[in-house]
Amino acid sequence: MKQLLSGNEALAMGSYLAGLRVATAYPGTPSSEILESLTKFDDIYTEWSTNEKVAMEVAMGAAYGGARSLVAMKHVGLNVAMDPFMAASMTGINAGMVVVSADDPGMHSSQNEQDNRYLAKFAKVPMLEPCDSQDACDLVKYAFDISEEFDTPVVVRTTTRVSHSKSVVNINQERIMPTGRRGFQRNVPKYVMLPVHARARHSAVEARLVKLEAYSETFPLNQIFWGKLDIGVVTSGIAYQYARDVFPEASFLKLGMTYPVPRNLIRHFASKVKKLIVIEELEPFLQEAIQSMGVQVSGKEFIPRTGELNTNIVEEASWSAGLLDAPSGKQKQKPQTLPERPPLLCPGCPHAGVFFVLSSLGKRSSVSKSKDRTGEESDLVITGDIGCYSLGANSPFYALDTIACMGAGIGQALGMEKAGISKSIVAVIGDSTFMHSGITGLVNAVYNESRITVIILDNGTTAMTGHQGHPGTGISARGKETQKVELSSLVKGIGVKDVRVVNAFDVRTVRQNIRGALDNPGLSVIIARGVCAMLLRTRSEPRIVDARKCDQCGVCFLVGCSAIRQENDQFFIDATLCVGEACNVCLQICPHKAIVAQSDITPEDLK
Amino acid sequence: MKKLEVLIVGVGGQGVILASDIICDTALASGYDVKKTDTIGMAQRGGSVVSHIRIASQIWSPLIKEGEADIMLGFEKLESARWGHYLRSGGVAIINNQALPPPSVNTGNDEYPSDERITAILKHRTNVIYYIDGTQRAKELGNIRTYNTLLLGCLSKLTPFKVNIWKENIAQHLAAGLREINLAAFDQGRKEMRNLVSSFS
Repeated sequence: MKQLLSGNEALAMGSYLAGLRVATAYPGTPSSEILESLTKFDDIYTEWSTNEKVAMEVAMGAAYGGARSLVAMKHVGLNVAMDPFMAASMTGINAGMVVVSADDPGMHSSQNEQDNRYLAKFAKVPMLEPCDSQDACDLVKYAFDISEEFDTPVVVRTTTRVSHSKSVVNINQERIMPTGRRGFQRNVPKYVMLPVHARARHSAVEARLVKLEAYSETFPLNQIFWGKLDIGVVTSGIAYQYARDVFPEASFLKLGMTYPVPRNLIRHFASKVKKLIVIEELEPFLQEAIQSMGVQVSGKEFIPRTGELNTNIVEEASWSAGLLDAPSGKQKQKPQTLPERPPLLCPGCPHAGVFFVLSSLGKRSSVSKSKDRTGEESDLVITGDIGCYSLGANSPFYALDTIACMGAGIGQALGMEKAGISKSIVAVIGDSTFMHSGITGLVNAVYNESRITVIILDNGTTAMTGHQGHPGTGISARGKETQKVELSSLVKGIGVKDVRVVNAFDVRTVRQNIRGALDNPGLSVIIARGVCAMLLRTRSEPRIVDARKCDQCGVCFLVGCSAIRQENDQFFIDATLCVGEACNVCLQICPHKAIVAQSDITPEDLK
Repeated sequence: MKKLEVLIVGVGGQGVILASDIICDTALASGYDVKKTDTIGMAQRGGSVVSHIRIASQIWSPLIKEGEADIMLGFEKLESARWGHYLRSGGVAIINNQALPPPSVNTGNDEYPSDERITAILKHRTNVIYYIDGTQRAKELGNIRTYNTLLLGCLSKLTPFKVNIWKENIAQHLAAGLREINLAAFDQGRKEMRNLVSSFS
């Protein structure tokens, strides 16, 4: 059966066919669809874990317990999960365990573009890299087999372009039924990493690597495609596809297993070709491995080390390196200067009102073009976090001063306080991010007697990655109702005395409570609650601008709503975008009360 | 057909991804190798969305090279101008006559490019530019949201895939209640294109 699947769907399909039984993940672009696809299979246990560390631990426990397990995360998620990941390498597994790291070259939706191939090497575990969906489906089965044969977790590393591209998958294999291996067998020297046992395990890990190196030589998805012998290309993952387009006649060594590399196969390939090059995205991972063998090779001398590759980039780099003749006379079209279309908060977003208040309290934005306040001294320092609300850093709010990684804002805010800065400090964090790694920061703030204000933007979902559940939503990965962790009780339970739950769409109340929290000499937490606009079930009639009252002062633009527009010196609200009464933020802040519900005006009024 | 490379451009929420999924499934059902990839960015709504589709007997990269797209299907005019350089020389631009101004234009800090300027930009690549009143026609048909299916109807006139395969795949991707109106929009698109092509040549 032929089907078009994304790389992520294919990884899920391949894992299903390989007898996967337990799958865990924390959502993160570009990895989220792996677990989402797995929820469609009834006999696979799936969960959104609180964060990647927990996800890794659950997958590890499942593998110990005899079930083939998979844990999926984005590249920076593996930083969070690094501790149990290293431990899993040391102890090994029982049933197969696959760790999917979905990297994001080009940072389509990430704060960095770290190359996680180094983390597989660092943890001394084997790594496979698919180049398209068929490859992903086939290769993940090998990953489970390798895991069990060599008693190790196996990393499957994808990138955004592989995870999110769709290509044809021919599903012709039978499913291996998930009967499982023997359940957990108590084995203290293997599973109890006291120093005395860990020392022995370290030697076992080194011995395992030697065996894996030998296996890599025979791995069926390390393939040579012979062409002309003047150029030999070593490549893997999506870079293989670009290289194929750019060098249609060259010879290729395509590595499906990129750690450990098959040294003899590489030597054999290198000995047959006149010039050996590596085409790989991001770091010179394969190039360094080949160079360390004493083999002459080039790659990062002409292939960029930053950003995502594509066919154009590989081609132009190959021209500049003299590997291909540049066509003469073909001129690149000059880029046009056209209005940008930056990412925005959606119309009806519950974050907009909170950012409007922060922006005005912090003197960040102004309606007057001549009065640019972005350089002005603000009374506030606002530390940010990862999610849709990262967009609060942009126009028109300018209301975030830091964004680092999941959960960092609360710790950063405390650090600023302890550094003795005189301004009020606010940390802004989403509900899912708070569950992920804000809780420990808040516990730390309580214990260390902080005076900061933490605003939890509670939209009841993990919005940015596509509305996955989290412990605060009470909805499981399969969309079923489950035990809910109540945010306000959690925060109170931690020991925060000043906890305020406010309606995120009520601008006056939001302002009063932020002011109140800033005035409070102790630690304050504001939970600003408002449903994500994308999850809004019903919309009421759109708001409209009463042209008789509107003097085009532009205050409404400060809520950053894309439904509010200006055309021919008239302000109006796009009726197809406005969510109506559920939001009403613009209506509340208009100084001339010129924004109203449609039903409040009769056609005669407008004449 | 040796190869067909289609770039679909638009704004988040317009249905670019669904349209591209339908094209790909139609090509697959017609016996071709297909790859597609979307660039979405981090916005849920309102950002620039581009979908690359490559169809041939064997495809390597899912991304279309600049200057290699045979057809650009533009759901929105500004985005069509922005991505016009992906068209090959003499390629075909099918553009929905709709403007969705970005925030800088909404706030009066920027100007939305005129139709003349958009055409001039595209003419760097091709003179074969069809403007379709897709949104308007869809509204007349009774569901303004069906303009993306209508545009697929326009595109279908330039592909070798059979009409019934197109229709099967459109139906498969839509909820039962939306099938009839979308198939009507598809037919309307084919009609619009037929009129345009005959008046053009």
